[in-house]
Amino acid sequence: MKTKAALVAATGFVAIAATAPAFAGETLDAIRERGTLICGVSTGLSGFSMPDSEGNWSGIDVDFCHAVAAAILGDSDAVEFVALTAQQRFTALQSGEIDLLSRNTTWTLTRDTALGLNFAGVTFYDGQGFMVPKELGVTSAMELNGAAVCVQPGTTTELNVADFFRANGMEFEPVVIESLEEVNAAYFAGRCDVYTTDASGLASIRATVAPNPDDHTILPELISKEPLGPVVRHGDDEFLDVVKWTLYALIEAEEKGITQANLEEMRASEDPTISRLLGTTAGNGEALGLSEDWAYNAIAAVGNYGEMFERNVGADTPLALERGLNDLWTRGGLMYAMPAR
Amino acid sequence: MTQEHMHAAERPPALSVGPLGWARANLFNTWYNSVITLVILWAVIQAVPPLINWAFIDAVWGGGEPDACRVEGAGACWSFIGEKYRLILFGLYPFAEQWRPLLVMVLFIGLVVATMRRLLWGRSLIAAWGVSTVVMFALMYGGFLGLPFVANSYWGGLPLTVGLSTIGLVVAFPLGIILALGRRSNMPAVRTLCVVYIELIRGVPLITVLFMASVLFPLFLPTGVTIDKLLRAQVGLILFAAAYLAEVVRGGLQAIPKGQFEAADSLGLGYWSKMRLIILPQALRISIPPLVNTFIGFFKDTTLVIIIGLFDLLNAAKTALTDRAWAGFYMEAYLFCAIIYFAFCFTMSRYSQNLERKLRTGHARR
Repeated sequence: MKTKAALVAATGFVAIAATAPAFAGETLDAIRERGTLICGVSTGLSGFSMPDSEGNWSGIDVDFCHAVAAAILGDSDAVEFVALTAQQRFTALQSGEIDLLSRNTTWTLTRDTALGLNFAGVTFYDGQGFMVPKELGVTSAMELNGAAVCVQPGTTTELNVADFFRANGMEFEPVVIESLEEVNAAYFAGRCDVYTTDASGLASIRATVAPNPDDHTILPELISKEPLGPVVRHGDDEFLDVVKWTLYALIEAEEKGITQANLEEMRASEDPTISRLLGTTAGNGEALGLSEDWAYNAIAAVGNYGEMFERNVGADTPLALERGLNDLWTRGGLMYAMPAR
Repeated sequence: MTQEHMHAAERPPALSVGPLGWARANLFNTWYNSVITLVILWAVIQAVPPLINWAFIDAVWGGGEPDACRVEGAGACWSFIGEKYRLILFGLYPFAEQWRPLLVMVLFIGLVVATMRRLLWGRSLIAAWGVSTVVMFALMYGGFLGLPFVANSYWGGLPLTVGLSTIGLVVAFPLGIILALGRRSNMPAVRTLCVVYIELIRGVPLITVLFMASVLFPLFLPTGVTIDKLLRAQVGLILFAAAYLAEVVRGGLQAIPKGQFEAADSLGLGYWSKMRLIILPQALRISIPPLVNTFIGFFKDTTLVIIIGLFDLLNAAKTALTDRAWAGFYMEAYLFCAIIYFAFCFTMSRYSQNLERKLRTGHARR
């Protein structure tokens, strides 16, 4: 993601932290005692975590926090949101200031290991892509030799482009522009042939900024992997399990056709998978150390994964994203829940 | 024979009096001044009408949908401010409770206006500030008389900016005076300590201090102990401001003639009485311009809390801009903030000039 550059700086700080563990002990107990889940989110990223005009948080990362709170405490509003910058986010988690980091954070090896963190899954598969005007007739990123590429400086985006072109023996001319607004303007004014940033960003820029969205096409190649997911501290496996299975429950719910609307009827379902998931058949809740209706509460709070996606970043939102990689595995996407039994 | 009656004085040539005369004397007195005047006039004519068109005539006012601003030829989108002003002014403070920070701001500005009148200076004004501070914090936190409790992590916008800078300056100012006196002290340990502190803090950027306070500091705390983010930032700001104020005050102290110190000594005053009664009143008076300069700079420096995720006025505006539905109205948001910052800084600046005139003593050289 764009903010990843700051990781280098954070790693230095965090090395100190990793040697002196600052674990807040049993996170689940602490949350129950406190009565709220403290969730770290971004300081404002549309569709993921952003305060609306009334100061209420919304977004897919925010909804996930609500789901976890509902699963643990039975109350989806028992969440306290802490806005964190990219530099602060890992320290805040390590020092116990927050319980759960749900802040468009890319899952990487270093973060998962040396930073003393655990990723509980992927809530959104993103990746860096290219957008070109249709009139160029380009259908693949391999045809971009010699292109002028609009890119924002200081992000991994810029480095990824350089890597991609070098790896494929192609030349390109970077058009580096600081502000998002101006990059958009430069691309749509034809100052460069190609626009590159995260695919979700490209899709939303095409949907909201392009004078005519149909004139532009997003090339199929993604040149980097940006799996974004919730993060917890090392050393508290029970809490990691709860966060992980809350995410699986939301995905499983979509696969089984359970929605916020039909949740009550589904409770009476004959399907053993559904009745295990919703707690009609007991067992899962106890195994997780939660009440048996944990998944029921989570789904009641935010709906299934698909509903969460559509509400925050889907076709009817300003971001207007396609499901793509974030579709269920049964429809060609990557969302696959482990069996809840 | 002398002339009995005066001739009626002739009017001076029309080109040497009135606006024309003024223009001729000041704007067109030499050929190069005439050229500069014409160039500036041309630039103003080029820039101002489009600006007025954009900001007023073509602007989209009132509430409504962002689409109204996206039509061809639309000017400033003030409906963006209409939609987001509460987020910008009060940050994440619970929407239904935002009358509380509003009341706090009204109270604060009322107190500032009262303080500006020198007639009111006295113990009762200090008492009023003390009581009001308690009332303001009570209003912000709530948790009594049916007011819901609002944790300070939800404070934001203008009250946060004003609070951080006011409390920062009020606490940092005495600290700065002590540091300045310490730096001029004859005791080597005290002097060294003050010099090291001042030079250390002045040697690093404010961002570094804030980072230390918000990112490094929590790692040194025992497990499970957290000091809230706002307090850490506030302490960081105070430590930073104190170092700068110390140097300003030291400048004032150095301007006091040696005779004043000796006169105080010969009166038999002890160190603290000497400073309080003789030296500091003069030194601080001399320091008003650089002090206010530091105050104004510090007021704007508080925007740096953006990097530790506090929603001050500017960060709240930036957050309002992240809403995709309203994406792209940067000019409007930043202009709105600029006007607020300008109002505060300009007031401070004008008032300090006023204060300088009122307190003018033999020191002022013109």
